[in-house]
Amino acid sequence: MDVIVYLIPIAILLGTIGLAAFFWSLKHGQFDDPDGAAQRILFDDDEEPSPPRK
Amino acid sequence: MAGAVAALPRPAAPAAPAPAGDAAFYARREADGAMVLHAMVEGIHCGGCVAKIERALGQHPAVVSARVNLSTRRLALRWNGAAELAERLAAKVAGLGFKLVPYDPTRLAAADKAAEGKLLRALAVAGFAAANVMLMSLAIWAGRVEGMEPATRDMLHWFSALIALPALIYAARPFVHSAWSALKRRSLNMDVPIAVGVTLTAGMSLFETIHGADHAYFDSAVSLVFFLLLGRYLDLRARGQARSAAERLLTLNARAVTVVDVAGATHTVPAERVAPGSIVLVAPGERIGVDGAVVEGRSEVDTSLITGESVPAAVKPGDLVYAGAVNLGTALRVTARAAGENTLLAEIIRLMEAAEQKKSRYIALADRVSRLYAPVVHLMALVTFAGWWLLLGAPWQASLVNAIAVLIVTCPCALGLAVPAVQVIATGRLMRRGILLKTGTALERLAAADTVVFDKTGTLTLGKPVLAGANAIDPEALRLAAGMARNSAHPLARALAQAAAVAPVIEDTLEIPGCGLSLLRPEGEIRLGSRAWCGIAEDEGEGGMELWLVRPGKAPLRFAFADAPRPDAAAVIAALKRHGYGVALISGDRTPAVAAVADQLGIADWQARVTPADKTAFLAGLARRGKKVLMVGDGLNDAPALAAAHVSVSPSSAADISQTAADAVFQGERLGAVIELIDTARAARGLVRQNIGAAIVYNFVAVPVAVLGLLTPFLAAIAMSGSSLAVVGNALRLARRRASWT
Repeated sequence: MDVIVYLIPIAILLGTIGLAAFFWSLKHGQFDDPDGAAQRILFDDDEEPSPPRK
Repeated sequence: MAGAVAALPRPAAPAAPAPAGDAAFYARREADGAMVLHAMVEGIHCGGCVAKIERALGQHPAVVSARVNLSTRRLALRWNGAAELAERLAAKVAGLGFKLVPYDPTRLAAADKAAEGKLLRALAVAGFAAANVMLMSLAIWAGRVEGMEPATRDMLHWFSALIALPALIYAARPFVHSAWSALKRRSLNMDVPIAVGVTLTAGMSLFETIHGADHAYFDSAVSLVFFLLLGRYLDLRARGQARSAAERLLTLNARAVTVVDVAGATHTVPAERVAPGSIVLVAPGERIGVDGAVVEGRSEVDTSLITGESVPAAVKPGDLVYAGAVNLGTALRVTARAAGENTLLAEIIRLMEAAEQKKSRYIALADRVSRLYAPVVHLMALVTFAGWWLLLGAPWQASLVNAIAVLIVTCPCALGLAVPAVQVIATGRLMRRGILLKTGTALERLAAADTVVFDKTGTLTLGKPVLAGANAIDPEALRLAAGMARNSAHPLARALAQAAAVAPVIEDTLEIPGCGLSLLRPEGEIRLGSRAWCGIAEDEGEGGMELWLVRPGKAPLRFAFADAPRPDAAAVIAALKRHGYGVALISGDRTPAVAAVADQLGIADWQARVTPADKTAFLAGLARRGKKVLMVGDGLNDAPALAAAHVSVSPSSAADISQTAADAVFQGERLGAVIELIDTARAARGLVRQNIGAAIVYNFVAVPVAVLGLLTPFLAAIAMSGSSLAVVGNALRLARRRASWT
């Protein structure tokens, strides 16, 4: 059972990475337009280059 | 150019002149030299619209990026070059059929956006901590049965503390801040028991962990904070949606006015910046932007938004015109009057403010409950602590644990989570159906309404004239009249042109402003126009909305027009009556017109020729008899009544001020939106009551258990999470609710 002494910190670390990823996506506007993002996949990009992002 | 298009929701003139400068005025140069324009886009429905706009703008060589946000219906446009290019780009979007309304992003409330982000981050941290601490608690609970070593248990407690304490310090700040500011004001709010409970629980658990005790309560503290933050976040979202709906209306209503200066040059100015005494140019088909007196030009104005009158009024130099009226005839020059002068608008605003003051006293159900809640909870926890410690002689730790258990178990999850959840789902459901809720308490007030009072023109009716009895008219005469009418933008002429399926435009038709259309033929002059101009005596026929056709050698022919009711108006009125609602119609229009509509729709209780003050008096009379009135209206003359009613709704074609006064605004031609609103509000009220009822039952069971000291951390966690999930699940039923009761 001694294995949990380092398994738990590893699990928490993985969780923290997930949390950090969420913060990153929040900060970079991934949640600004949830409706639009769902529809953009259907656009025909080959007609024109997709508008450059900042 | 976009401004001109935006200013014309109805009688859209085919060729409105373009008061330029609106889009260029809002364009800003960024640090990297590119120009940026932010604009709201009306008329976007799906991703296809987004693609269309982005593609059209992207084709312009100067455009760096064009990005439409489908969730907020806003466009961010960046390009290289002059600010004036904004006009061309805006015209491009307008050409696709979208209304583009530039705005200044710094003027929109950014503070709430920041608060939302902060809350979301706190929620994420609390969620992360709650999940991990709960996992360790599961191990501890299982270990109690399986015989876990005390050393392992202590280690798991320490890990829990390691996650929970920093997370609590971060995530509980919103509650601690709010509780602290309440205490500084020497008052109690819902956050005080939460902050006290969480702090005591965390401190107590740390104390127990240090002393290697059996129980720690980190899981309870963290999941409590998580569920409460979830409720808080949903609440902010619901209010944010209501606020952005209101903001959108305000911004959309910002209109440009064309002002002529001393030198004779024209400038485009926002309506609120027009100085009194300025000469304002009103093009044919344009909505008049300011109150003022006509100095030059003769025309007809459509005042249906202001007075409810469905027949256009003739104006000549010296006559007063009001903001919101539409110029139907020729161009007018108007001198703007000072704001605050004794204008109709000033009077209406005064009536509205008086009415709004009364309405702001309404307090949401959840707030009323929570006012009672905080003192009761504190008292109960204190009694528990004193009872165990002083009366039963228990050690102070055990007494404190029991008191904390009371604080935790009474956590206001049902109030703090279930009510906002219902609100968010109801708001979203209505928004998808084109109904914008503008105030947070609108749903509660809507559910309480028992009487519906309608305005006529533009509310029950479409506010557009339609030719009456087209089949009875001689087809040849109709074809001739319609052919002539195709040359004019006057609403009656347009209605006439629409009524005839095949009627080619008759060239050489001359339009005489304020009179009608004239066509010279070898056999003589053919006239299509007003009664006076066609030489018909005043006592012949019924009057109202009409056009006369006079041909040489033939009897004059009368075309009568009626303002057609919305397609589903009769069904909506019938449905309301069937469900026991009182229905009334009050209008500023003439008696025969109101009587006809009332008769057609089956409304027995109606009044015509009602002034704005009379409308509020009528509503006050109903209120005195204990009625809760839902007012549906669109005109400027309805604005005070909208503000005075218990709750109010207006169509999106309504006057600016009415949309501002109303609690909800619906888009489209269907009056069924009113039914949809009432139905959703009643369903939401039902769910809120169920949830609050469930919370009360839950507390009746759980509180005695906690007071008696029988509530273990395991039970507390189950009870709290279970009740929270139950109320949210109950709220979600609203989203899956089937069509309403029409």
